[in-house]
Amino acid sequence: MLALLLILIPLVTGVAAFFIKNEKVVKSWALLSAVVALGISLATLYYTDTTHLTFTKEWLPDLGSSFSVGLDGMGKMLTLLTAIAFPIIFISTKHSTYKDANQFYGLMLLSQAGLMGVFLSTDLLLFYFFWELALVPAYFLCSKWGGEKRISVTFKFFIYTFLGSLIMLIGILYLYILNPEKSFALQSIYKMTLNNRAQDILFWMFFLAFAIKMPIFPFHTWQPDTYEQSPTATTMVLSGIMVKMGLFAVVRWLLPVFPHAARGFDNIIIGLSVTGMIYASCIAIVQDDLKRLVAYSSIAHIGLMSAALFAGKANGVQGVMVQMFNHGINIIGLWIVIELTERQFGTRKMSELGGLAQKAPALAILLVIVALANVALPLTNGFVGEFLMFTGLYQFNVWYTVVAGLSIILAAIYTLNMIQKVFYGNTNALTEQAVDIRLNEKLVLSVLVILIFAMGVYPKPIIELTQASVNSLVSVFK
Amino acid sequence: MNVIVLSAVWGVVMMFSGLFIADKSKAKVVAAIGLIVLLVGNYFDLHHQSFTLSDFNGLLHVDSFGLIFTSIALVSTLLYLLLTGSEMEKVGNHIFEYWALIFFVLCGVALVAVYNNFLMLFLGIEIISIPLYILTGADKRNLKSNEGSLKYFLMGSFSTGIMLMGIAFIYGARGTFALEMPPITTTHLPVMIAIGLTFLAIALSFKVSAAPFHFWTPDVYDGAPTVFTSFMATVVKAAGFIAFVRLFEVSFGGMTDYWQFTIALIIVTTLVVGNITAVFQQSIKRMLAYSSIAQAGFMLFAVYAVNALAKEGILLYAAAYCLATIGIFAVLVKMKDYTFEGFNGLAKQQPLVAFLTTIFLLSLAGIPLTAGFLAKYYMVASAMKSGTYIWLLLIAMLSAAVSVYYYFRVIQAMYFKQGDAAASDITPTFKVVLAITAGLIILLGIFPNSLLLDWFHLF
Repeated sequence: MLALLLILIPLVTGVAAFFIKNEKVVKSWALLSAVVALGISLATLYYTDTTHLTFTKEWLPDLGSSFSVGLDGMGKMLTLLTAIAFPIIFISTKHSTYKDANQFYGLMLLSQAGLMGVFLSTDLLLFYFFWELALVPAYFLCSKWGGEKRISVTFKFFIYTFLGSLIMLIGILYLYILNPEKSFALQSIYKMTLNNRAQDILFWMFFLAFAIKMPIFPFHTWQPDTYEQSPTATTMVLSGIMVKMGLFAVVRWLLPVFPHAARGFDNIIIGLSVTGMIYASCIAIVQDDLKRLVAYSSIAHIGLMSAALFAGKANGVQGVMVQMFNHGINIIGLWIVIELTERQFGTRKMSELGGLAQKAPALAILLVIVALANVALPLTNGFVGEFLMFTGLYQFNVWYTVVAGLSIILAAIYTLNMIQKVFYGNTNALTEQAVDIRLNEKLVLSVLVILIFAMGVYPKPIIELTQASVNSLVSVFK
Repeated sequence: MNVIVLSAVWGVVMMFSGLFIADKSKAKVVAAIGLIVLLVGNYFDLHHQSFTLSDFNGLLHVDSFGLIFTSIALVSTLLYLLLTGSEMEKVGNHIFEYWALIFFVLCGVALVAVYNNFLMLFLGIEIISIPLYILTGADKRNLKSNEGSLKYFLMGSFSTGIMLMGIAFIYGARGTFALEMPPITTTHLPVMIAIGLTFLAIALSFKVSAAPFHFWTPDVYDGAPTVFTSFMATVVKAAGFIAFVRLFEVSFGGMTDYWQFTIALIIVTTLVVGNITAVFQQSIKRMLAYSSIAQAGFMLFAVYAVNALAKEGILLYAAAYCLATIGIFAVLVKMKDYTFEGFNGLAKQQPLVAFLTTIFLLSLAGIPLTAGFLAKYYMVASAMKSGTYIWLLLIAMLSAAVSVYYYFRVIQAMYFKQGDAAASDITPTFKVVLAITAGLIILLGIFPNSLLLDWFHLF
């Protein structure tokens, strides 16, 4: 029942938000909804019984699909991430003004509902439903409130991901036809034993959709433009949570269903991921726009997660679980800083900024912590995940680790370069009048920083939460 | 079957009431009463209470498939009337006659939904086509309308001729007009049957505007007064598909090996031609004409698959497609400018109308939560069930992605571009009916079973 609530609350409040014309009220309404969802998400951590965590209702009996949702360890972790992210996004963008705020917040909440649905579905067709539904509000958010080139850029994003999803849909249907039980239920699909040829074909049909969503090289071309053009609140959703949909889907629907193909194609995918890491990191170094820089750094991080996942070693997969959560926290932190900078100076170009640390010390300190977490400095949350992932990758093949390791150095280069250009050095005419951040922004960033250190020093809760998911996934690779 | 009788009678009633009622705007009311009478008749049909329970010596086969389609056609026509009925007054003075012709078309629609004999198929198709030739040319002083009408008439007669020839060949081979055909036992298809099958496939492809027999569609849809295009592109087109599916299931279902590949090729051509050409259109009306070709490509999957799932699917598709297209045309009729730019900024002027149009477009594009998604899903699923080529499915999916391009252009124009889209006489009633139409699409997308498909097994 709790699982159902996680979808219903954002859905209902999101629809209701469209009818609240007053901007202040709708902001509070959205925040209230997000906080309630967070409360429920926290409550799910205390329950382990199925009555609270699952919900099933007959839906399309002719097609073998039912409305069934449920939470396991990984699902809990990702719904928690979603539930944490939304209040943070709403609080941090409290002072941003959006034209037609009711629509903006309505769509944000609807995208939250879609995301929750993706993480909760235990029925493949239902999963596809939510997978698409998460995309539609994002499309409208980016197209309406984004930057100058928003229309063409988000159009590309939509068609790109939609095409991937459609090919997955054929895969879903094919899988259904092969299933002797004629069902889309997760358990029923896990029981299937597919021959190698079917696995190979289906694997790519599914993987394409997930690869576009993550995105991994060479399917990433929509991502930097979309991140750049979207309103920052939406970019936080896209990069903090929506990219996790791709990774999550690989763990939930790809690897356990097509184990043979996953083992067979592991080198191709890890190769692509690692190439993407280096490629994205190199491009990140020459970026001047903060948003694009973070966008490329995100491709690099996702690449590492994808590589560690397909390496299939216990450590690496565990690292992916930890990093999925932490990457979400860190990147949202980075976006918040960028949003604050942009709102104050009207630019995101590093060449036009400088010396912010003198004027806004609090912002500078918080940013440095978030940025260092993003390059996985020990003691921060990023370190735990990356260390585990590199260990896993090392056990798989040492050469991948060597190449992937280069991206750590590259990450340090572009991140420190960014900090230096934006926050240190001399102030210029633009940054002369800079003021420090407001209380609510300090609060939000402090929460993130606390999470960064807490997870960095004591990652055990997440590791324990996702242990079962890791074990079952690793057994697939044996 | 009640609807066949009632629609013919009400057509005559419409014509005569034109003589006695001077107020042209009353035509809508008479027609609405007629449609409700027809719906009641259809309700009794569904419960096996008919004027005549005879199947006319096997000429008709009244089954739930045909009856449910008739209900869909009638409900769509009713919504069509409520949404765009008053626009007819702008076309010409003969409103009562227009409605009379539409009722005759409905008679043909009901006939092709339940035919069980080649002659009845021919009769039904002709009863549908002839009134449409007239309606296309209803805007007498408009050259495009005249051109469309003539083109439609010439091409239509030609294709009817081909159909008749096909029927003659099959009659020659078997000596009967009965639809049901014994399975072929020889290793090769008899030549006469093969020719008949080919001719029938060509003729019906023409009627449902499947490529490469689609060339009349854009000109006719564009030339005809928009009110009538809306009717032609929805109810009539769906009826063509019902006839197509019925024919290929009952007559040629036992010899799928001989024609499935050809139909697959027609599907691919239709999808590719329809979608690619739609991308380049500047007028939304023409875009919708090509999109209707593209949608036909998807509906052809039901012909290809000929199984139980396909029959359910084509009903769902017909409902989803008719509702969405009628909705979009209803909005289009109200617009001053039919180009994409003409829709710029509609969301500012008419937020509700723009929102509902978005639902129609999302449904046509096949986004989940709308009926259009499940309809496409059923089509693909049925094709897969009967065994299919992977390239066929991949092309279908690619073209579905392409279709997003032109449907979303309308959404972009309405929401994200600045402009002063001018829409005239948007009344509160119009908005309510439009909202009901959109609501039906969403409900069909979430509860297809309780709303539509369960009936299939009920009667």
